[in-house]
Amino acid sequence: MRRRQFLNTLSLAGAGLLLPVGAGAWAAAADRPTRRKLVVVMLRGAVDGLNVVAPYGDPHYRALRPAIGLERPGTEGGALDLDGYFGLHPALSPLLPFWERKQLAFVHASGSPDPTRSHFDAQDYMESATPGARNTPDGWMNRLVAALPGASTPSRALSIGPAMPRILAGGAAAVNLPNGAAATRADVLDRPAVGAAFDAMYADDPRFGRAYRAGRSAHKEVMQASEAREMRAADNGAPLPNGFPDDAARLANLMRNDPNIQLAFIALGGWDTHANQGAATGQLAGRLQPLALGLATLAQRLGPLFEDTAIVVMSEFGRTARQNGNAGTDHGHGNVMWLLGGKVAGGKVQGEWRGLGPDALYEGRDVPVTTDFRNVLAQVAERHLVLPDSTLARVFPALPQNPAGLRLFL
Amino acid sequence: MSIRHLMVAVLAAGAAALAAAQTSPPQAQGAHILNRIAFGPSPADLARVNALGVRAYLEEQLDPQRIPMPPALTAQLAALDAANLAPGAAVQAYRELRRVARADQDDSKDERRMAARQAAYEIEAARLLRALYSPRQLEEVLTDFWFNHFNVFINKGLDRALVASYERDAIRPYVLGNFRAMLGATAKHPAMLFYLDNHLSTAPDFVPRRGAAQGNRTGLNENYARELMELHTLGVDGGYTQRDVTELARMLTGWTFTPRDLSGPNDGFRFDPRRHDHGVKHWLGREIKDAGVAEGELALDVLAMHPATARHVSYQLAQYFVADEPPPALVERMAQTWLATQGDLRAVTRTLLLSDEFLSAATQQTKFKTPYQFVLSAVRASGVAVSDLRPLIGALRQAGMPLYGCLTPDGYKNTRQAWLNPDALTRRIALATALAAGRKPFTQPVDAAALQDTLGPTVSPHTRELVSQAAPPLRAAMLLGSPDFMQH
Repeated sequence: MRRRQFLNTLSLAGAGLLLPVGAGAWAAAADRPTRRKLVVVMLRGAVDGLNVVAPYGDPHYRALRPAIGLERPGTEGGALDLDGYFGLHPALSPLLPFWERKQLAFVHASGSPDPTRSHFDAQDYMESATPGARNTPDGWMNRLVAALPGASTPSRALSIGPAMPRILAGGAAAVNLPNGAAATRADVLDRPAVGAAFDAMYADDPRFGRAYRAGRSAHKEVMQASEAREMRAADNGAPLPNGFPDDAARLANLMRNDPNIQLAFIALGGWDTHANQGAATGQLAGRLQPLALGLATLAQRLGPLFEDTAIVVMSEFGRTARQNGNAGTDHGHGNVMWLLGGKVAGGKVQGEWRGLGPDALYEGRDVPVTTDFRNVLAQVAERHLVLPDSTLARVFPALPQNPAGLRLFL
Repeated sequence: MSIRHLMVAVLAAGAAALAAAQTSPPQAQGAHILNRIAFGPSPADLARVNALGVRAYLEEQLDPQRIPMPPALTAQLAALDAANLAPGAAVQAYRELRRVARADQDDSKDERRMAARQAAYEIEAARLLRALYSPRQLEEVLTDFWFNHFNVFINKGLDRALVASYERDAIRPYVLGNFRAMLGATAKHPAMLFYLDNHLSTAPDFVPRRGAAQGNRTGLNENYARELMELHTLGVDGGYTQRDVTELARMLTGWTFTPRDLSGPNDGFRFDPRRHDHGVKHWLGREIKDAGVAEGELALDVLAMHPATARHVSYQLAQYFVADEPPPALVERMAQTWLATQGDLRAVTRTLLLSDEFLSAATQQTKFKTPYQFVLSAVRASGVAVSDLRPLIGALRQAGMPLYGCLTPDGYKNTRQAWLNPDALTRRIALATALAAGRKPFTQPVDAAALQDTLGPTVSPHTRELVSQAAPPLRAAMLLGSPDFMQH
């Protein structure tokens, strides 16, 4: 049977589970609707973007942050120079090779047009992509997977973690996988008698049937995918620390082995650094380190798939330009979005940057938002995932006009 | 006494009471009451509801001091040392562990790690034991609600040592008391002062005694002030601005604590006039003149009795007890009770629990259980002795709801949207299957027939039929893992 015919059979039967052995070889197939991938990493708690991509060239930067500002590049613990004005936090050094290869871009002074400094509202808005409207029923990644061409399988959009995030809530099927190795291990429902008993109780249940069925089929899909390359993945590098690097490595393996996976989401917490956040080392550095390691691992282990992948890192808002009383920062406004991928227009800090002068700051305290986060996400959807124009407004309603000069993909 | 022995004793008492109540079959309303104001039916509490009737049981639960604690449970709780320490003693023990850990290289490192783990276990075990076996179930349910409302995170430094005192001294005494009193107790408790950084917040010109080394570590920190209005009182739509956040933070400067001064319950708080910002503030449309600690007290007075607070917190209570989208009329009546009684939480809770909305048939079996509610209700309904609470603590962690482990100040949500997902269902079914088979922490398999009796009318006809057709060893697992048992 020719591959195209087989694929058609698959989608006609709606049988995403019938993955043939060696499916990984197809993951890069040019004609699959799920060929282009998106991974979204959300930093819940508002990461301090001014210490992620630090405007060390701005004369106000160190004055605003005497205790926590990064030193200039070339000094002990200094920022890693990006372009002679901005510098990367030294804990993010694993990402520097991607910058040099122009596969890493940043959009500074980006964020939500809504002025809220509530974590919870701001996260909600970033996940629904409807700033100011709290009652939007679904998340934008769910609307996105529904709008993308091609048949949906349960694992097409997935999240890693024990809760289903707001960003994936909605009408389209989506699954979540547990952190750690549990996702790829057999579970109790794989025992035929137990599985049959619960299938009978849940299959047609109006409240839980959908989630149950999605979980069952995604589990089978993931089990097959992880079996296919387990051996290869195992010797693919040194063991990773628990947490994000470990989950990122596993996600990369799954994506390589299961071509149905197209959109993935993972959230990391612990960024709300109101006190003693540190500079080159310390609290924030301790969080950034595993993040950078995990992102680099994800990119590397995706292998050839990295060419077709975009990884977005975002956070609900930025933090105050000025350090607070306790060598920390309070809730601010504009932040930096990160974009990593094979076809990203990288090696550049994008977005309109107005500096940190007193007149430039939003309400006299924060980086202003000059790029709406939805414009960044819309480019990912349109240019990278090739979302048809006609459906863009469904995913991102009331999308503002693209800022002049913002071009995130080659 | 081991937990196992304790459980045998508690269960024996329950079984006797149950036998007496067999003549009146469990009614839907009784099941509903136990689902919502208890952590689900246990044989003993079911017998109590059946004996008293729903209204009398509710009234009894609203006055928990009237309900005797089983001596076996009290003894068991008393043996959990870390849960009973005064904050000062707990902090001292915590510091000592850390000091030795730094000084020493490896020798006794494992021992100390175990000591730290044992302390955490005792604190968590105390919460679970009460939640599972206290006859004052409403008090336990309210403790879950109010701890979440005023959440602190056990893994933030010193809070590891302070969280037990926080729950015991700042939350539990007030769950059916006065809101202003609980607000004040949380505001002043070192666990909260530490968690939301207010202990560090000072006037901009404050110079610490230890001099310039810390010179750039002083000034305003608005973390607590913001969450105090957004989460604890007014709600995010409560009508305050960024300016109000900053001004409230100024009013609260000097609210701090000194770890070495902690000794007894609630001894931790200290107002330091040197750290206080003595300037004039403008907050929520008022001019606040310099009044030291009285500025913060005034703020708590105003916030506790603000109509936005009454509505916001009533909404949250009704969401927890009634429906993810609670009936607005009920929320309004609760808020009216709040304002009429100066925030008397017993009165507000009574308005809630005696409402038609809460008691209506349409409300029954409509809330998706949180992981905490699921785990507790499975153990309670099974009526099997528990040998060790660690597997339950582990199950909560894996389900994304570690005990005392919510990092963010909003606490855990209790809505279907927050907790229903494919992985959650699989996990719950796996736990149900393990417990039903008598695997750890259970000491014997679950009796499916007795379980079905305890669950009563909450088991749907569809589930009943499938269970009756299933192989006997699968039946209890199917009941605990059924769609019916996922909600309450």
